[in-house]
Amino acid sequence: MRTEQGNIYSWRTFDEAEMTADARKALAGKAKKGASRRDFFKSAGMMVVGFSAVGEVGKLAAQSPVNPTGLVDATKVDSWVSIGTDESVTIYSGKCEFGQGFATVQLQLAAEELNVPLSRIKLIFCDTGFTPDQGVTSGSQSHIAEFGPGGLRQALDTARDALTVLAGQWFDTTPDALTVKDGVFSVKSDPAQQITYGQLLQGQRFNLVLDGKTVPKDPKTYTVLGTSVPRPEIPAKATGTFRYVHNVRLPGMLHGRVVRPPTVGAQVVSVDKNSVANMPGVLQVVVKNNFVGVVADTQWHAIQAAGTLNVTWSAGDTLPDPATLYTSMTTLPSADSLTLDSGDTEANLANAAKTFSAQYLHPFQMHGAMAASCAVADVRGGTGPKATAKIWSATQGVYPQRDSVAVVLGIPKANIRVIFTEGSGCYGLNGNDSVSYDAAVLSQAVGKPVRVQWSRKDEHQNGENFGPAYVINLKAGVDAGGQISTWSYETWTVSKGNRPNATTPGNIISGNLMGFPAPVPTPAKATPPTTFSNNNNSAANYLSGLIAGKAPTSTGTVNSAKILTHSVASPFFTGPLRSPARLQNTFANEQFLDEIASALGQDPVDYRIRHLSDPRLIAVLKAATQAAQWETRPSPKFQIPFGKPVGRGVSCVLYEGNNGYSALVAVVEVDVTTGVVTVKKLITAAESGPISNPDGMLNQTEGGVLQAMSRCMYEQVKWNAKGGVITTTDWNNYPVFQWGMQVPELKTVLINNPNVSQTGAGELSITLSSSAIGNAIFDCIGVRVRQIPYTPANVLAAIAASKK
Amino acid sequence: MAVYKVNVNGASVNLTADDPNTPLLYLLQEQVQLNGPKFGCGLGQCGACTVLIDGVPSRSCTTNVADVAGKSVTSLEGLGTPANPHPIQQAFISQQAMQCGYCVSGPVLYGKAFIDANPGATRDQINTALGQSPLLCRCHAHSRMLNALVLYSQGLTK
Repeated sequence: MRTEQGNIYSWRTFDEAEMTADARKALAGKAKKGASRRDFFKSAGMMVVGFSAVGEVGKLAAQSPVNPTGLVDATKVDSWVSIGTDESVTIYSGKCEFGQGFATVQLQLAAEELNVPLSRIKLIFCDTGFTPDQGVTSGSQSHIAEFGPGGLRQALDTARDALTVLAGQWFDTTPDALTVKDGVFSVKSDPAQQITYGQLLQGQRFNLVLDGKTVPKDPKTYTVLGTSVPRPEIPAKATGTFRYVHNVRLPGMLHGRVVRPPTVGAQVVSVDKNSVANMPGVLQVVVKNNFVGVVADTQWHAIQAAGTLNVTWSAGDTLPDPATLYTSMTTLPSADSLTLDSGDTEANLANAAKTFSAQYLHPFQMHGAMAASCAVADVRGGTGPKATAKIWSATQGVYPQRDSVAVVLGIPKANIRVIFTEGSGCYGLNGNDSVSYDAAVLSQAVGKPVRVQWSRKDEHQNGENFGPAYVINLKAGVDAGGQISTWSYETWTVSKGNRPNATTPGNIISGNLMGFPAPVPTPAKATPPTTFSNNNNSAANYLSGLIAGKAPTSTGTVNSAKILTHSVASPFFTGPLRSPARLQNTFANEQFLDEIASALGQDPVDYRIRHLSDPRLIAVLKAATQAAQWETRPSPKFQIPFGKPVGRGVSCVLYEGNNGYSALVAVVEVDVTTGVVTVKKLITAAESGPISNPDGMLNQTEGGVLQAMSRCMYEQVKWNAKGGVITTTDWNNYPVFQWGMQVPELKTVLINNPNVSQTGAGELSITLSSSAIGNAIFDCIGVRVRQIPYTPANVLAAIAASKK
Repeated sequence: MAVYKVNVNGASVNLTADDPNTPLLYLLQEQVQLNGPKFGCGLGQCGACTVLIDGVPSRSCTTNVADVAGKSVTSLEGLGTPANPHPIQQAFISQQAMQCGYCVSGPVLYGKAFIDANPGATRDQINTALGQSPLLCRCHAHSRMLNALVLYSQGLTK
């Protein structure tokens, strides 16, 4: 039974004994006190129907909402919540846990909306056998999904309303004559008259569809949401007992390893299976188009066999010269899209009192997850309608993986169950789907469960979908009063593949190696935008988002704007990396705004506020700068810098144009001689509506600014054009922030706003570090570094260029 | 097939391997069913596989089984349990000092070894000590992990 277990989160599944003192304290406040339920039932003169604890997935399966076709109907309340006769509450969700704390938030949400103690709730998430299809868990979207229409909150509220109606009928009174606490209804005028949820439901289903008219609790009245409930799994993680996907152990499980092409795009010419035939423990060599893998009895035997297997590969693709990558991107045929086009930017630039232009460059970066990707698959019966597959995967999307792996394996998707099992933080589309294909194909070949864990080189060089490179050209004009009169943005980015789904298994490297095509953009002209969406944050905060004939909907005041994006073919697989596109666009937009402010002798905060119309964005900007004790003055601080000047920079964003507000002040030191940048302080303010879990949001915000600091200071994928080899293959040649380096002083201001809807918080702060740090570097040395990463070489090159 | 007698978390176990160069990590995972030490890089560059060998933090991914015969190996599991965590683990729990938690063998075990030898060590001293060999946290929970380590250093967890 243990091996079947996917993701069950509750303070009970991690064992009450595992709870920390803090957790016990936090939960005790919510727990029902006084007489035991058994006593209560006796005093109420009721029959006790049953007290069997719902502990095992097997029992859950019996009451699971899965219908025989393997589909969970997300419009039905029973697909989201069930309440047992023992008063236990089980919730089912399609949003997974990666360490961001959202499992805990979902437990809090259920406790809050259902009025039951946290300790009574069990959460099962991301298992195609049991949970609703909510796509992928990504992009700071989980709060919007679960608190919004059709999500978990609506299911819980529909269930609560139904229970209230039942209770009213039971006591033959109106719902407003009742109170509810800890899953027990009482009659206000006679509190001794009580009935529990479990007694009302008697183990039956709700048989209701989600009610769009149900009213969620007012965040101002929250008692469980809005508190720093500790994460139930942390004691297990801290003591090494938590089971990650890497720790899934099945009876008879074998170990697989992949053999990847040495150069990008190389194809298999021949595989000499005899080269490993006599090695210990080697069971099979599996070749499927350009996918090559070995299966052995142990990890070490598989590793040695993979290293020894003699494979002849063709020459690979011709890669762009890294020195001219950015130039070459702007010359390729492109798929174009317009976010804004007021039609007057050229004329307004020509008539402006002053104009500005700059080019910003952002490299390919990798997710670089802590764990080498790993998955376990158990495929039985080969291929065809009678074959079955179970996959334990740390994927962000169990249903898309199920649907695409069905195509890869030739097995009906109804016969496949993908069980999300936590891996390390993934930060987007890293190798978790590819390694799941690898395990599935190897298991299919041997007919036994196979665990595959990549090497670090597999992960870095031939595993994940990199965050794409960007070239961003910006132009602006200001009027005689220094107000921005027009803004033009033109970007080139690269694309190959993306998240996999039923029609695109080749979107990731393993699917592509197995014979499915990897799509690149189809060149096309842009069509004029009809509605404004700033989903990619390509439009700077200071634009109004005006589209002819419509009311402006963005955060700024500048009406004249053109926002044009070119997408061209990428030499490498690309896909979402935490704050995709938004981070790169904000890096450029927020530095360019600073360039204008500086040239006009304006304080960067004042100049921002002058062009903003959204009070929430202004509020986070003020909160961050106040916390940073911002000194109002123009940048740079030093006209002739020497030694190690210290300066500050600011940046702000409305993430995705509608998904949370944040502002960041960075304080950095630059060694003018060596070009070494040291980040001293990062002061963040964030507001994404009602805060669900303050400590969780703090953890996300602090981790986000530091992770983005690593990305902008150190991280860049490198390759040799000759031979087509990606040369960043480990942590030595892909350096990142590590222990022992100076951890900046972090200060975070979280703004709770109970008057608006919940939005995301996971990708707010990460969006801002590169621009705030870049602006702070300029404040120190009066030189703009327009290329990531801010390595000594790039800083010194910018200083040298400024002297020409 | 050679047998290597190793004390793992207080129990004597026989690790078997046909290759004396088999990394300790894989045997701890496959033959002792430990979840604490994890594979991150296999190169000694990240610390996810950290264990204490005779009390010294070591990378089990680059330590050969033959080299630990007769020695004592302690993983996260050997320090404490969820019900009864070691004080340094309790500090990580009370500070919620992690996101995914995949890296914690490194900061917990390097932190324990350094702080036990240098009680009262400061935040900067602890960070410097943890940087003596490459150690990563890709969720970048460094700040609160340092908070937890300082709590342990000051003896403020049970």
